[in-house]
Amino acid sequence: MSGGRRTPKWNDPGVVAGNGLLDRRVFLAGGAAFAAAITGYALSEPVAAQQLVDAPWSTRPGVPIPDYGVPSRFEKDVARTLSNPSGAPRTQHARTPHQLLTGTFTPNGLHFVISHSGYPDIDPGTHRLVIHGMVKRPLAFTLDALGRYPMQSRMTFVECGGNSAPLFSREPVQGTAQSLHGLVSCAEWTGVMLSTLLEEAGVDPTATWLVAEGADSLAVSRSVPIAKAMDDAMIALYQNGERLRPGNGYPMRLLLPGWEGNMNVKWLRRIKLVDMPAMSYYESRTYAPILPNGKAYQFYFLQEIKSFITHPSPGLSLSGQGVYEISGIAYSGNGRIAKVMVTADGGTSWAQAALQEPVHSKAFTRFRVPWRWDGAPAVLQSRAWDEAGNVQPTRAQIIAQRGETATAVTNAAAFPSQHYNGPTSWAVGPGGDVTHVYA
Amino acid sequence: MRGGEGASACLFALAMLAFWGTAARAQGPGLGTPVSEAEIAAWDISVMPDGSGLPPGSGTAAQGAPIFAAKCAVCHGASGKGGPSAALVGGAPLTSGIDTTKTIANFWPYATTLFDFTRRAMPWTQPRTLTSDEVYALTAYMLALNGIIDDRDVMDAETLPGVRMPNRDGFVVRFPEKTP
Repeated sequence: MSGGRRTPKWNDPGVVAGNGLLDRRVFLAGGAAFAAAITGYALSEPVAAQQLVDAPWSTRPGVPIPDYGVPSRFEKDVARTLSNPSGAPRTQHARTPHQLLTGTFTPNGLHFVISHSGYPDIDPGTHRLVIHGMVKRPLAFTLDALGRYPMQSRMTFVECGGNSAPLFSREPVQGTAQSLHGLVSCAEWTGVMLSTLLEEAGVDPTATWLVAEGADSLAVSRSVPIAKAMDDAMIALYQNGERLRPGNGYPMRLLLPGWEGNMNVKWLRRIKLVDMPAMSYYESRTYAPILPNGKAYQFYFLQEIKSFITHPSPGLSLSGQGVYEISGIAYSGNGRIAKVMVTADGGTSWAQAALQEPVHSKAFTRFRVPWRWDGAPAVLQSRAWDEAGNVQPTRAQIIAQRGETATAVTNAAAFPSQHYNGPTSWAVGPGGDVTHVYA
Repeated sequence: MRGGEGASACLFALAMLAFWGTAARAQGPGLGTPVSEAEIAAWDISVMPDGSGLPPGSGTAAQGAPIFAAKCAVCHGASGKGGPSAALVGGAPLTSGIDTTKTIANFWPYATTLFDFTRRAMPWTQPRTLTSDEVYALTAYMLALNGIIDDRDVMDAETLPGVRMPNRDGFVVRFPEKTP
């Protein structure tokens, strides 16, 4: 035991909320403020003096640089989890390992994928995008042609409507940030605004919807209101600067910033302008969550405001008392994140987190708050606000409206309902282990 | 640089920005190739709830039964009772819980969706190989198995949109302000 440690008090310099949450500016301020804030903290095991010597890799020429870079061989655990790796005839889910990543965008190889029948191995030279139906001029576009249109880039998250669904379980499902929330990712997408192409085709003013369809074997299709198409919809051709990955829709996908992942149709080959929704399988059956009274929500377009803590989180145990940075991601389908509050005492008191600039609309925003853990049990949770005035609801509010399962869900990959956007609570035990709880 | 030059350069840039802003939104380079609906026909497989998009052809449950046994039962089980893939008959009341399994009988609001999805996506390993008559027959078979139509009812472009699904009125639009 170290003699320098004591339990932080409310009136300690830098402490802004219970259980040792520190002012978000502590790290930035540095110097005296930081020193004051960490008063009471001492390294329990000072690093032993050690004779530093050249390691083997420093005494010989290194490995030749490959043509396409991949992560260090020591990072093999940073990978997606696969629900159906053999491609059995059912849906495949590849979940993003949020607890092993930081920053605000998802590397392309780790972007989540849901595919209902694998990915089509599309030859970009023969792929076509057709726009037809209620238009003056039905048109076909090659990838080369689209490459000559004015392009835009934007950061945006894509989230499956079923992401975070285990939190509808009556009892907390034990899992990592990846297993509970791995069906959301964020990238910089570059492509042609759909409005540009629709105006070239000349949309009939009485058309109200479009039906978007992929070139996959299921020809997945979804109906999209034209107002969204004319607002900020994009035919995305690039993902984080390179061509879309096959699982994410190569060579082109529909991007509907802030809207339900399944509507962002991948391998896009056809857009039909119509005057009613098609009531496709995925909109009329799959992505229509059942309510406690036996009715079901239809056209649940938006991915509403959400946040969750990635560090610490299950699988990332704390290695001893002291100062840590709590961090996580917040996002809203309604615009920019305005504020994130974090609690370490299960919601009794809250500290405002620092937001990583720049804060993009409908994109991941990294939040951070310093925390001095004194070894006592703690319950961490984040809650977000967006610029449109939306507040992330509490779990109790969601359950009151949407219900929860009658019995505990035991499988973290289950989808007991959809569109959970409440908070996630992580309990830190005396040994520093982190588990999922409701608080 | 004198102030005047700076200002005019700035104005010019603004003018260019305005031009590009308008141009980018109003018109691209116009590189879409005109296509006729006849050329699109093979891809145009959308069936709407009012029946538009349904092809000529027809089928009954009796005609659908052997097709189902040959092409569908391997995944969905004999008589649609379920196998590696979902059961196509029955279903608990939706008041059983928010995680009630959604089925044709307890959930699907439109019979046209059954035709549309069967035609576009099934059989899993050979999508879009069924003839229109086969899809009508399989649609009739699934509806009859669930007691929604009679065994002898003929499903075609006229009759299918008129089938009233049990849960037709079971929905609440989540975002009416965003739904035309």
